[in-house]
Amino acid sequence: MAGLKELSRKPEKLAPGHRLCGGCGASMAVRQVMMGLPDDVEPVVGCATGCLEVSTTIYPYDSWNVPFVHNAFENAAATVSGVEAAFKGMQRAGKIPADKKMKFVAFGGDGGTYDIGLQSLSGAMERGHDMVYVCYDNGAYMNTGIQRSSATPKGAWATTAEVGKDQQGKQQVRKDLTSIIAAHGVPYVAQSTVGHWKDLVSKAEKAFAVDGPAFLNVLSPCPRGWRIGSDETAQICRWAVDTKFWPLFEVENGVWKLTPVREKNLKPLEDYLRPQGRFKHLFKPENAHIIEEMKADVDAYWAYLEGRVESSKDATSPIE
Amino acid sequence: MTATKPFSATGNQMIAEAMRQADPDVMAAYPITPQTTIVENYAKFVANGAVTTEFVTVESEHSAMSACVGASAAGARVATATASQGLALMWEELFIAAGMRLPIVMANANRALSAPINIHGDHSDVMGARDTGWILLFAETAQEAYDNTVISFPIAEDPDVQLPVMTTLDGFITSHAMERCVMEDDETVRSFVGDYAPANGLLTSPTPLGAGMFANGDSYMKSRYMLRHAIQDSLPVIERVGKAWADTCGRPFDVVDAWECDDAELIVVVLGSAAGNVRHIARELRAAGKKVGVVRPRVYRPFPVKQIAEACKGAKAIAIMDRADSLGGQYGPLAVDVLGALASAGQSAPFHNYIYGLGGNDLTNDLVHKVFDDLEKLADGSLGTGGTSYLGMQEAEGAQNIWLG
Repeated sequence: MAGLKELSRKPEKLAPGHRLCGGCGASMAVRQVMMGLPDDVEPVVGCATGCLEVSTTIYPYDSWNVPFVHNAFENAAATVSGVEAAFKGMQRAGKIPADKKMKFVAFGGDGGTYDIGLQSLSGAMERGHDMVYVCYDNGAYMNTGIQRSSATPKGAWATTAEVGKDQQGKQQVRKDLTSIIAAHGVPYVAQSTVGHWKDLVSKAEKAFAVDGPAFLNVLSPCPRGWRIGSDETAQICRWAVDTKFWPLFEVENGVWKLTPVREKNLKPLEDYLRPQGRFKHLFKPENAHIIEEMKADVDAYWAYLEGRVESSKDATSPIE
Repeated sequence: MTATKPFSATGNQMIAEAMRQADPDVMAAYPITPQTTIVENYAKFVANGAVTTEFVTVESEHSAMSACVGASAAGARVATATASQGLALMWEELFIAAGMRLPIVMANANRALSAPINIHGDHSDVMGARDTGWILLFAETAQEAYDNTVISFPIAEDPDVQLPVMTTLDGFITSHAMERCVMEDDETVRSFVGDYAPANGLLTSPTPLGAGMFANGDSYMKSRYMLRHAIQDSLPVIERVGKAWADTCGRPFDVVDAWECDDAELIVVVLGSAAGNVRHIARELRAAGKKVGVVRPRVYRPFPVKQIAEACKGAKAIAIMDRADSLGGQYGPLAVDVLGALASAGQSAPFHNYIYGLGGNDLTNDLVHKVFDDLEKLADGSLGTGGTSYLGMQEAEGAQNIWLG
């Protein structure tokens, strides 16, 4: 992988001047992922309706230095399937040179990916399009104003998972989307964050190197929705990983690899929760049990991932 | 040009053949009755290498149209087919396809909408697409389904049009019944539809193109205004392409098929396959000296306002037959359009609106006779104008004017 200096010299696919908030994880996800694209490959980017889309393509302005298509909310994967199919069909018909190399990328938030776009994504992954789908997971419907999604962590406040006398934020655990996509048997699936540029760019490189579908689930903090400062985006990602709340892992041709958290870096879950206003009610004494439940969930998920690593270590080919 | 010898085929087969001849770069489709045999036939062409098409077997109609939008935005020639619930599931995407000015060609085997669930032919599904910005063509026969599909590609892709086209045929009645058909040879069709090479595709533009932008206020309204003009102004293009195809294949093309309307006093306006049933009775009545005529819009969107008014010029009474209802409105969708066309031409005649054939309910000779009997009563004043009936329903007989009570 190229070093930071070289990466910083790569032409930007997403130009500055877009209207995303300061500290927004979505634009960081786009820039780092697109740094993983080989220089001789041209991309087409598709985007689900959401913050990233509405903030980068306000007519007559367009922040994208690459071909870009937005269709609707639930269908970024299907739309990009169509672009990829067009490339194949037009190449077969001789309308596009046979040696031209292109890659097809879709970005969607967690609402557009975990929830309303899950069917479209599942279909595209199953059909095997040459596509890298990137979920910028900020854990709620941020564009419409912080409503809960199936990616919202248990215990988090959202405007449709309120904190009150009878309820302390979201009651359900978040959906494990990364495993769901891995269960499609696609060549490459990985989970990373925008605060781990080296990890994310190298995973993006692997995703782009695949001839077929790849999926990246990227933790992308939303300062507005998480109630954190706009300068805390990268730091909060480090804490998400160091508390094991958001494990860094990848599934490459059926082999699961989990990035361990070094003993010296390991932190209690509270260190991830405390800086975020969306979890502040959990620190009332009467809600201590919720944090305990969350810790048990974190440990159980980590143990599950270790089990996947152990059981897949001898796998040599994609799941068939 | 060399046409094949006549052969027996269903409307769906004929549409699949027309699509094969146009050889789209992408077809993204999902099975639904009564459209399924179109994509099944097409899948055989793909398996046998008869087309260069990339065939995308999506997991829903929503994704079918979504993939078509992506492919068409990329600069590909794109086709698909659907019906009924599938068309309803695409509803959001229909607006987007038209709003993004994407020349997608889609066949629709017109079918009822749930509930109750029913797989047979009516126009409830396609009427839901009426206001989406798609050009809508209605075939009366399997042959016409073929011809309409062939002309759909050059109409949609015309630089002055750039709109999606829905080429429709009535579920089962036309989609599945065998009819005597001919088709032109592949070379004739290929040279007629030409190559599609847009300069503004995601994959063909020399500079990075943005498609599907966010537009506020003024730019949104301007875009919709341009869309209104695009579909309105597509009528002469449809006429030109249709006539050129008529010259090629020797089968007539008119945006409105006005049968014996020059001196007609009693006129029935009807869409699609039912026109044949109505003309069958009209022929008998003509032979008996009655001045009857049948008006069939072959193009429904853009609505051929002037041609409809012209065809109905001498009418002393008009029956408008709708194979779909506009629930809560006074008349079915075709009636509203026809009445608007007459009003804008300063014409008026006593009229009655019939809702018929829902869910594939048969339009029998007796029912068509009843319509013509009513027309005579409307003309002589013994039946009041402006009513709506469910044709053949006893309840409707008792309450001739549903809306007015």
